[in-house]
Amino acid sequence: MTDHLTIKDLGLEFRTRHGVVRALEDVSLTVKRGEIVGVVGESGSGKSVMAYSVMGLSDAAAEIKRGSIVLGGMDLLATKGEALRAIRGREMAMIFQSPRTALNPIRKVGRQIEDVLMEHEAIPRRDLRKAAIAALERVRIPDPERRYDAYPFELSGGMCQRVMIAIALACSPSLLIADEPTTGLDVTTQAVIMDLIRDKSRDGRMSTLLITHDLGLAGEYCDRIVVMHAGHVVEVAPTEVLLSRPAHPYTLQLLAATPTPTSTLDTLPSIGGQLPDLRRDLPPCRFSERCARKLPQCDVPPLPWTTLSPDHIVRCRVPL
Amino acid sequence: MTALPEYAAHPTPLLDAQRLSKLYPVKGSAKGTLLHAVDDVDLRIGAGECVGLVGESGCGKSTMVRLLARLIDPTSGQILMGGKDITGMTQAKFVASPDRGRIQVVFQDPTESLNPSFRVFQAIADPLRRLLRLSDADEIATRVNRAATLVGLPRELVQRYPHQLSGGQRARVGIARAIVVEPELLILDEPTSALDVSVQAVILRLLADLRARLGMSYLFVSHDLNVVRLLCSRVVVMYLGKVVEVGPVEQLFANPRHPYTQALIASIPDPARRREARPRLDGSPSSPISPDPNVCRFQSRCPRAAAECVTTMPALRDLGGGQSAACHFA
Ligand SMILES: Nc1ncnc2c1ncn2[C@@H]1O[C@H](COP(=O)(O)OP(=O)(O)O)[C@@H](O)[C@H]1O
Ligand SMILES: Nc1ncnc2c1ncn2[C@@H]1O[C@H](COP(=O)(O)OP(=O)(O)O)[C@@H](O)[C@H]1O
Ligand code: SF4
Ligand SMILES: [Mg+2]
Ligand SMILES: [Mg+2]
Repeated sequence: MTDHLTIKDLGLEFRTRHGVVRALEDVSLTVKRGEIVGVVGESGSGKSVMAYSVMGLSDAAAEIKRGSIVLGGMDLLATKGEALRAIRGREMAMIFQSPRTALNPIRKVGRQIEDVLMEHEAIPRRDLRKAAIAALERVRIPDPERRYDAYPFELSGGMCQRVMIAIALACSPSLLIADEPTTGLDVTTQAVIMDLIRDKSRDGRMSTLLITHDLGLAGEYCDRIVVMHAGHVVEVAPTEVLLSRPAHPYTLQLLAATPTPTSTLDTLPSIGGQLPDLRRDLPPCRFSERCARKLPQCDVPPLPWTTLSPDHIVRCRVPL
Repeated sequence: MTALPEYAAHPTPLLDAQRLSKLYPVKGSAKGTLLHAVDDVDLRIGAGECVGLVGESGCGKSTMVRLLARLIDPTSGQILMGGKDITGMTQAKFVASPDRGRIQVVFQDPTESLNPSFRVFQAIADPLRRLLRLSDADEIATRVNRAATLVGLPRELVQRYPHQLSGGQRARVGIARAIVVEPELLILDEPTSALDVSVQAVILRLLADLRARLGMSYLFVSHDLNVVRLLCSRVVVMYLGKVVEVGPVEQLFANPRHPYTQALIASIPDPARRREARPRLDGSPSSPISPDPNVCRFQSRCPRAAAECVTTMPALRDLGGGQSAACHFA
């Protein structure tokens, strides 16, 4: 498989009144064609900031300090304005974490789906309505014919979320960035939507970057998983390897803290400490303050990458 | 000993909802068109019991929560609290009554339910003043500090504003506010969906600990079935306004009897089964508006549906061991 999306050494800062937030540092990852790559980590670890920078939708206070983002050979950071908007419409689509703000509040949801279908699929005008209703049905919107005429404010949060997923998939993007796409949805609906995303990826038409804080979900659907902590990528591995032989102490703790059918309340651990304040002067390993394995050399820069196998890399001085 | 449901050990359940319904008129439709948000539901919670409530989005869980907390009036049915009918008084009267403090709710998003201009101390003290009408500053301070300690909030955080706290800390403030009045029943509506796994275990252990120490009962609404399994002893499964299955947690997970519960449990993400194609629930739920009272609510999506499913609504049937299901073939 060829690389589809390549993020290399990305560094991003926010200028705020209270100082510079170093939200991303040396972030690198690739998504191959047809692959589903998971990005996991606690909230605040930089998953959404990274997703927005790929889409070219970063906050005005954000400044990309270094690195590159390449999609299918195109240098996205060098692409601006109309050209970038065209790529966004044609090549990549994003499912946002806050669905309500991503929809047009004054246009019926059925119409919003027709808008993208018209742009991306050769569907005759008279069949558009049927296609839009079918798209609503695929994401399990109850009563799709009635919901076609609804405005976003008339729908629950979970339904807006599904409408947004329908819109993103109707674009037939070659890269889908899904930022917590099913958080808050019940597991039966989640399973159907994730199956839909997986099917589109399996036939090679779409690559997916799946951002989630649910390791169980990433474990079921992703080919590879990228673990982020406090703006760093700390480990990358094929899913089975990451779940069975995690090498970074943070990955191990995340896995241990995720409830499974056999967990008990007495034995389920939590992760001590908190993410560090990203405005501070930070040590080379941003996990060191929370880490039980820390050695003096962990504080000596630079923090190296260790390659455990060609596709399993970890950023820790003393990997497990 | 036979496995009795926990509430059966107590002569009077703490909370006993009988034939509870909430029907909403539908805007712009013919008069008498009603949305059945909660439809003829029985629910009992024993003293010290933790009951999980699960089901698809829109099946009526939050409506159930608001009914039980008397935040909205039921269309019909009764709620008995320690044997006493609390549905007799209107919602407005209930809010002013001493019973109000006996049931507390923690809502999904702790940020939304916290007043941004209140420091943590005020946020926790507010229900003491409002519900228990306490005015003695020393007593209020003692109780606020005790609640803060119980939920593991460090002293220095008590003087902060909500925006200065992490998500996990805000969740704890939400729980501290609810337990400061020492309710007998704490209702949590998807409290952990905004929480990271890093703090989830801490919050869950805190809840289990409060139950052991204060004898509190819980109704715990959640999409995360692995979490429900950790905390609850009994589970209630709803589908389109109806209870379709009830049972002790391990038994229900090991041997779900209603086809919807079976689909629900088969949909829990499980990395160990990533290569398997698993059965999925087809179609979308039928409409909650004026549903046919003689048709099983699940019939349109049910893999087992047969002729009698469209002529007779299945009633909850006792299956033994505290488990019951509303399906003709369970
Ligand atoms: N507009 C902004 N200004 C300042 N800091 C920001 C802004 N957006 C995000 N951040 C900070 O960047 C970090 C990463 O945030 P985010 O990508 O949203 O995390 P995640 O999606 O992993 O939960 C956090 O510390 C967050 O506070
Ligand atoms: N105030 C209301 N007016 C009209 N319909 C409502 C109201 N509140 C909830 N509903 C409807 O009742 C049903 C159950 O909603 P809810 O209790 O929020 O479900 P859940 O919490 O399980 O997702 C849904 O169809 C919802 O649209
Ligand atoms: S009663 Fe019939 S339709 Fe309803 S769940 Fe059972 S088999 Fe399915
Ligand atoms: Mg995010
Ligand atoms: Mg709800």
